[in-house]
Amino acid sequence: MAQDSKLEARERDFSIVGTRPNRPDGIDKVTGKARFGADMAAPGMLHGLILRSPHAHARIKRIDTSKAEALQGVKAVLTSKDLPDLTGEDAGLKDILINIMARGTALYDGHAVAAVAATSKSVARKALSLIQVDYEVLPHVTDVEEAMKPGAPLVRSDLITQGVEPAPSKPSNIAKRHEFGHGDVSKGFAAADAVIEHNFRTEATHQGYIEPHACLANLGPDGLGEMWVCTQGHYMVRGTCAALLGLDVSKLRVTASEIGGGFGGKTTVFIEPIALALSRMANRPVKVVMSREEVFRASGPTAATSIRVKIGVKKDGKVTGAEAELKYTGGAYPGSGVEYGAMSAFACYDLENVKIVGWDVLSNRPKLAAYRAPSAPMAAFAVESVMTELASKIGMDPIDLRLKNAAKEGTKAPYGPTFNRIGLRETLEAAKNHPHYKAPLTKNQGRGVACGFWFNFGGNTCVSMNLGFDGTVSLAVGTPDIGGSRASMCMMAAEELGIPYDKVRAIVADTSSLGHNDVTDGSRVTFSTGLATINAARDAIKKLCARAAKTWGIPEDAVVWEKGHAKPAGGNAGKFEPLSLQQLAAASPSTGGPIAGHYEVNADGAGVSFATHMADAEVDPETGSMRIIRYTVCQDAGKAIHPSYVEGQFQGGAVQGIGWALNEEYIYGKDGRLQNAGFLDYRIPVASDLPMIDTVIVEVPNPGHPYGVRGVGETSIVPPLAAVANAASAAAGVRLTVLPMSPPRVLKAIEGRAG
Amino acid sequence: MGAIKVKLGGPLRSAAGGETEFEVEATSIREMLVRLAEKYPRLKPMLDGGVAVAVDGRVYRGAFLLPISPDSEVFLLPPLQGG
Repeated sequence: MAQDSKLEARERDFSIVGTRPNRPDGIDKVTGKARFGADMAAPGMLHGLILRSPHAHARIKRIDTSKAEALQGVKAVLTSKDLPDLTGEDAGLKDILINIMARGTALYDGHAVAAVAATSKSVARKALSLIQVDYEVLPHVTDVEEAMKPGAPLVRSDLITQGVEPAPSKPSNIAKRHEFGHGDVSKGFAAADAVIEHNFRTEATHQGYIEPHACLANLGPDGLGEMWVCTQGHYMVRGTCAALLGLDVSKLRVTASEIGGGFGGKTTVFIEPIALALSRMANRPVKVVMSREEVFRASGPTAATSIRVKIGVKKDGKVTGAEAELKYTGGAYPGSGVEYGAMSAFACYDLENVKIVGWDVLSNRPKLAAYRAPSAPMAAFAVESVMTELASKIGMDPIDLRLKNAAKEGTKAPYGPTFNRIGLRETLEAAKNHPHYKAPLTKNQGRGVACGFWFNFGGNTCVSMNLGFDGTVSLAVGTPDIGGSRASMCMMAAEELGIPYDKVRAIVADTSSLGHNDVTDGSRVTFSTGLATINAARDAIKKLCARAAKTWGIPEDAVVWEKGHAKPAGGNAGKFEPLSLQQLAAASPSTGGPIAGHYEVNADGAGVSFATHMADAEVDPETGSMRIIRYTVCQDAGKAIHPSYVEGQFQGGAVQGIGWALNEEYIYGKDGRLQNAGFLDYRIPVASDLPMIDTVIVEVPNPGHPYGVRGVGETSIVPPLAAVANAASAAAGVRLTVLPMSPPRVLKAIEGRAG
Repeated sequence: MGAIKVKLGGPLRSAAGGETEFEVEATSIREMLVRLAEKYPRLKPMLDGGVAVAVDGRVYRGAFLLPISPDSEVFLLPPLQGG
């Protein structure tokens, strides 16, 4: 288990880890051979489509599906009455059930209300148009502040706020109150020489993955089912679908397709149980593929937020008190993730007096899904903006202010625990020493710095390794590869076994071929699947050594494994020529049969992660258009297994954060309908919008992993909102507190400054 | 068996009537959670809903058989999510 692992990273000379071999899935992806979610077909396959609410909030008085059912080519029509509630006491599962198909009330624009399966897409489209839904339109609310007001339209009529004493007697849109911190903030502010307080707003954004959700489902009358799904977690799909449809988990076999991006948005289900239910009704395979408009309206964007931050410092830069109130709305369901914003808000700093309160608020928006370090970037935007303003106010370098207060080993985190070895200080120093930080700026340009934190975690992981008789290795993992993890797993297996990288092939096994694996999320795969891969290799090595011992007629403990060979442990063990993995594998049929290694674990001990980002922005003062002209990421990776993919994660997070800061937002009309459900109107950054993102990999090993790995996939999106805001504010000459910093907003702020 | 000091964060604090620190006799995380729910029934729904447990700075989401001792720093946290 992770907690028992010995840190080897410092003592060990790696031969493969830390190099940059080609990724095994690269050729397929650049030649178009890779099979994504929508690429699979089956004999007799039907096409499923989903009818969605055009209203932000409406009671569904009646659904008449008779005309659709009578249409030639329609094989199944489904509404919520075809999905009996099997969720029992599981509130989270109940919310998923309500979200995949409205039950009596449409809770947001785009909420599913019916589905059809037909012999062609055109017939399915015609069938959708024949379904008659009578709605009673209800008052709606999409703004987080409005949703919290007394008298706001209630998204749910029975929601009583948790975490408030005494418990409220009336329902509201506030699901939970969270509080974290320690010390006395009043005392802290009283001791400060300078105090700054600001309010900030951020809009919901979407992960913007290139591949829409897609799945092919086949469920027969015998209860045996198969699914092919674009997902970050096929075991999660299996478990959720089985629970919602009353199936045995082991009778549902789910294969994860290649995935065109997820970033957290594919850690839950939207269409998969519907496809499976349609298949059961029609007794035919059913494929459902979301359109881009459906992805925006009915998958899971981030929370929209309103945040107040107050920080006080002494003249020497020591922070004496820090306080934040965070209001997050994650749509029509509890679970905005505000607690992660609250826990991470001040995690970069060693604070004596800190208090954070978070409010989880419902509104008539789609159900939130995770997005890389969910909920942390918005909190960091607010906190890091105020930190930079404080640095300016007391005349201190912004990196020096952060170094003065940086969390370190032994710091009591604002969310409670005491940090072990962490690498924030190292990322700050890397930024300060980077040529970028000293590069000159010209007119209308500004530089911003920001830090960020994310927890990272491990989770249930199962890995199997099989040695072919030719000495090559098949590695089966159960975590979908969303960032090059198959390459990293092959590298760790090859490192441990002492064989070349290209002698290992990793696959993402289906749910019937390998024990349960949690979703690819929480920056967990290189950590936990890597840990399991290393230990599966060690299991195989133990068996290889036993075969050598048997061959030589010496005790097993008299054999050691070195550089891909079994050798006698010393002179007393006897004199034998070393046996290579290839030789032992070739001889295995006559020494006891095939050789395999396995490892199963619920991995804990994922090290927390920190980053410091630097951005240079240039504003056009006549239009308010803001452009990022230089950007550098410095992040602690613990140990970079494949540096190119670590850099890729750094760059990807930074780019998504730049888009969040400058362009991206969910725009709702007064009618509560989403106004920009497409990439023309919801603009994510493209290559021509951006500079090359420079990276610095800092390596402060995580003692919870044999090689020192820390997850890197999420932390990289935490600082950029603030780094860009600090750069943009410096360029514009005015503090920008609302995201995105779109040209009209920036221009208005500049004009306000001039006035 | 010794008394473990358990500290609470998030909505658990309010569920516990504003108290932030509790003492229960336990030798493992799992036992600590069982004893906590027995001693403070108001916490049970939230504990049943899932928590993460930080022991000496390391956050555990599942390895609840882990031994803990009276000198361990133990924090209960909301269950973590990731993307």
